[in-house]
Amino acid sequence: MSTAAGTALNGSDRLAKNLLWLGLLIALIALPFIAGDYYINFTSQILIAVIFAASLNLLVGYAGLPSLGHAAYLGVAAYLSAWLYLKLGIAHWMAAPIALAATTLMAALFGLIALRATGLGFLMLTLALSQVLWGTAYRWVSVTEGDNGLRGLTRPAPFGVSLDDPTAFYFFALAVTVVALWLIARFVGSPFGAVLKGTRDQPRRMSVLGHHVWLVRWITFVYAGFWGAASGLLFVYYHKYIHPASLSLTSSAEGLIGVIAGGSGTLAGPVIGAAIVMILKNYVSSYIERWNMLLGFVFVVIVIFMPDGLVPGVKRLWARWSTR
Amino acid sequence: MIPALKITALKKAFGGLPATNGISLEVKTGERRLIIGPNGAGKTTLFNLITGDLRRDSGTICMFGEEVQRLTPHERAHRGLARTYQIITLFGQDTLEHNVALSLLGLTKARWNMFTPLSALSHLYVEARAVLERVGLAHLAAKPLGVVSYGEKRRVEIALALAQKPKLLLLDEPLAGLSREERGSIKQLIADIPRETTVVMIEHDMDTALDLAEHITVLHYGSVIVEGTRSEVVANPKTREVYLGD
Repeated sequence: MSTAAGTALNGSDRLAKNLLWLGLLIALIALPFIAGDYYINFTSQILIAVIFAASLNLLVGYAGLPSLGHAAYLGVAAYLSAWLYLKLGIAHWMAAPIALAATTLMAALFGLIALRATGLGFLMLTLALSQVLWGTAYRWVSVTEGDNGLRGLTRPAPFGVSLDDPTAFYFFALAVTVVALWLIARFVGSPFGAVLKGTRDQPRRMSVLGHHVWLVRWITFVYAGFWGAASGLLFVYYHKYIHPASLSLTSSAEGLIGVIAGGSGTLAGPVIGAAIVMILKNYVSSYIERWNMLLGFVFVVIVIFMPDGLVPGVKRLWARWSTR
Repeated sequence: MIPALKITALKKAFGGLPATNGISLEVKTGERRLIIGPNGAGKTTLFNLITGDLRRDSGTICMFGEEVQRLTPHERAHRGLARTYQIITLFGQDTLEHNVALSLLGLTKARWNMFTPLSALSHLYVEARAVLERVGLAHLAAKPLGVVSYGEKRRVEIALALAQKPKLLLLDEPLAGLSREERGSIKQLIADIPRETTVVMIEHDMDTALDLAEHITVLHYGSVIVEGTRSEVVANPKTREVYLGD
């Protein structure tokens, strides 16, 4: 009896959730028809940040592995794509898969190192690895142009449609975001995803139940690296420029703040969180010079009132309000 | 006949303190073995060494004739080993059936599936409910673990182990902290485990545990001091010495 009621409730919950996602998608598709170029470009940037945060959330939220070095994948994919295009003259359609594959391979190697530890040790290892890359980008001037960054890039033109037009780029970014979030949702909702969450909550028990905890984490690490790289390609296409700052600790931390503020271990969390970080960064920075201070303040307020993030927090408020 | 478990000169020390100091024992296939001993005798350490939760310092562990001491815990699970924990080690956010499903997944290829929704594997949940039925918790299958009682969690512990149809099952104080009625029902549950499963059990509640076991091993300071049938062990003066602190 109670079981049937429970299932029915889950069903209506799921329907409400799907309707919210659908509503968001329709709003995003409608946006270019009602908003100007400024907003279209700005939303494109948010979408890129969303993919980045969603990929980081695989580690932070679902694997329980807090990473402070996720900018490594965004930055390296961006640098590789730019370098292949500028220095070797390789076309975008070739450079993109090479950059994706090479960055994912790097994630595979970094995973071998970082997953020697969990918790704080893992955090420090991911930070150290990304700092090595950041330093390299600054110092290896013959390849990266150092502090000048790599300039003179173009946007690709898939199927003959130039992405130089803000609306065209926006729809391209939206399509990639939808595919990314859908595949990530399938990933965390699959048996493997259930096992992954199990390794987060009770690694010892999972091991004794026959699960290869290390391998599960490593696969997730590589997968997160792949989507981090995908966001990096969009990033470099959008800006037509890449600078070592993209590999910096700040860049990684912005992603992490987005994930935690939005709600780690939820699908919508990184979407909301990344959007908030981008809005603060873009709007507030034009009025207040120290926008980081305000970002920090907003983050602290969110974490005080909703320790597990906005999405779970609002969900709880909603549940309380609707059963009143 | 090949023994289910054969341990030879097993040693493990924490710092300089030996937790198991050269334990040797043999458990026949299908046997019910009880391991007793005062606190700090090395009972749980012994279980942790058998499952691979802890790495041994020296000695060998043979399961069904195969040396397993170098294998990881998950490799040992795939060779038919399962255990329960003295301290409840379950997935508190998830439903009872999901807890059991995670156990069932541990031994199936489906655990690597990264695309099909978990809910589409309906056979997994049918099987999980069947296991919960066996431990008398079918009516709570869809409840989150957090809302069920301690005694019910103890049964879920056992359900996770039984779900894997283990060849060798280690029960670490399955009766700890339970009321008299609950002890009776868990005892029945253990008594009903089929003989294909060899059972090694740590238990302090002698009144209950003695009925379940054919052979008893007494550990003290990380060594086996008495071993034999129920009556032999009870009659042995060393048992009294350890337990009554003579």
